[in-house]
Amino acid sequence: MATQHSRSAARMMLAPAVVLLLGWMLVPLIMTLYFSFKKYLPLRGGDLGWAGFDNYVRFVTSSAFWPSVQATLIIVGGTLLITVVFGVLLGLLLNQPMWGQGVVRILVIAPFFVMPTVSALVWKNMFMDPVNGLFAHLWKFFGAEPVVWLSDASLFSIITIVSWQWLPFATLILLTAIQSLDGEQLEASEMDGAPVLKRFYYIVLPHLGRAITIVILIETIFLLSIFAEIFVTTGGAFGSRTLTYLIFQRVLESQNVGLGSAGGVYAIILANIVAIFLMRIVGKNLDA
Amino acid sequence: MARAVTQQRKIINTTAAWAVGLLIFFPILWTILTSFKTEATAIADPPVFLAFDWTLENYGVVLERSNYARFLWNSIIIAGGSTILGLIIAVPAAWSMAFVPSRKTKDILLWMLSTKMLPAVGVLYPIYLIFIKMGLLDTRAGLIIVLMLMNLPIIVWMLYTYFKEIPGEILEAGRMDGAGLKDEILFILTPMAIPGIASTMLLNFILAWNEAFWTLNLTAAKAAPLTAFIASYSSPEGLFFAKLSAASTMAIAPILILGWFSQKQLVSGLTFGAVK
Repeated sequence: MATQHSRSAARMMLAPAVVLLLGWMLVPLIMTLYFSFKKYLPLRGGDLGWAGFDNYVRFVTSSAFWPSVQATLIIVGGTLLITVVFGVLLGLLLNQPMWGQGVVRILVIAPFFVMPTVSALVWKNMFMDPVNGLFAHLWKFFGAEPVVWLSDASLFSIITIVSWQWLPFATLILLTAIQSLDGEQLEASEMDGAPVLKRFYYIVLPHLGRAITIVILIETIFLLSIFAEIFVTTGGAFGSRTLTYLIFQRVLESQNVGLGSAGGVYAIILANIVAIFLMRIVGKNLDA
Repeated sequence: MARAVTQQRKIINTTAAWAVGLLIFFPILWTILTSFKTEATAIADPPVFLAFDWTLENYGVVLERSNYARFLWNSIIIAGGSTILGLIIAVPAAWSMAFVPSRKTKDILLWMLSTKMLPAVGVLYPIYLIFIKMGLLDTRAGLIIVLMLMNLPIIVWMLYTYFKEIPGEILEAGRMDGAGLKDEILFILTPMAIPGIASTMLLNFILAWNEAFWTLNLTAAKAAPLTAFIASYSSPEGLFFAKLSAASTMAIAPILILGWFSQKQLVSGLTFGAVK
């Protein structure tokens, strides 16, 4: 269908995007790899020569490393669990006939559009503040001692904030998937007297499998790199230092670029493992 | 099934859904309400919900003491600039992949998506260094470029999905009538693609507006957008809930409204078309 002329024109039109993205990917990546093998302290002598795999070994053996991996996994895992479970329930609820469905959907989706710095600060102060926060008022009302959320339950607090931000996304995707469910099949099974839980388990859940996988993969990629939510709440204190935050501290706060870059390479490898799975699913859908 | 049962179920559904919806929306609602309170009312125990003396004082204070207008302007320029620049680069690319596909098209698309997976923190220092060397640190131009590159894969993907839905026969008919490449794009494709381009624009504007890693790390005073403006409230200073709320409301209101318009596009945009 396409002529030779339009083929070469098409290539010209594609070129800028490809070249830019290639540069955006390769230049910083190669620099990060380069720095990760260097002893490089910008404020304390600069480039102090090659370091071999020292940075990689030091990053993994530092006392902060495993706790940061643990914090990352707890935050990502906790948020995924909450958003997927409640996302499915909320999606099912919103799919039912009701009055004002459009308005409810707008209310539910709203948190996704709140910038991370705002949601973190609003939760930190107006809800979780141990003296004046709403939770403190509520606790006192029931005669309980207010909880110092961000220091005594830092991971739980951050999971709460991040889940609030990501629940709308999960709900919207899962709702879209539920809407494409074959109504007749469900009705038939209802006629046959299949109980609600069985219908959910054998018909709804398998249908949602793909959407759930996509929610998990996309959220994981974003959650692995959450930054603002920690930056403005705990600043990485109280056991809430994630891998991303640890690397940020190494690079910008303690200005140990070699060490931070080695950490960055670990983070890139981790993200790529998740990405490979996502690519497979998206790629399969491309020709359908 | 009896009509009465359906009606009853509808009432239960409505009640449950509204309750959950309001619960999820509550933090935003509370922030907006608090922004109209005095500082003393803002921390009152028990909390006051609606029966307080509404005041605009906090907005005045926030506007006066921090240069809100400049932060807002930076946000608009950075989000708008990166979106427009991204579209200029992405429209031709998506057009060519959708209408003149080759064997490599699928691989290119997937590869583009894969660049989105690169964790920002992994390349923080190189970007930082490049910015210093090129004098881009704390400039709007620098952020426009970074955010554009960050969102380019999403823009290309969304546009590709939209362009794919335009039937190829229309193009062929145009070619028969002797329409050149330029006419084809200008007079046939563009009008049909405008809704898709508009929603792509909207979603990318929102993503750029809310971006909070590069905007926090690559700006200081001059080019800082609203994300940084809000972050400056992270260390508490006496009574400040009402002012924090006013500042927050001003930062999220425009994007919240835009976001509600683009919620449908969010699904196709953020799942790269994998959920329809």
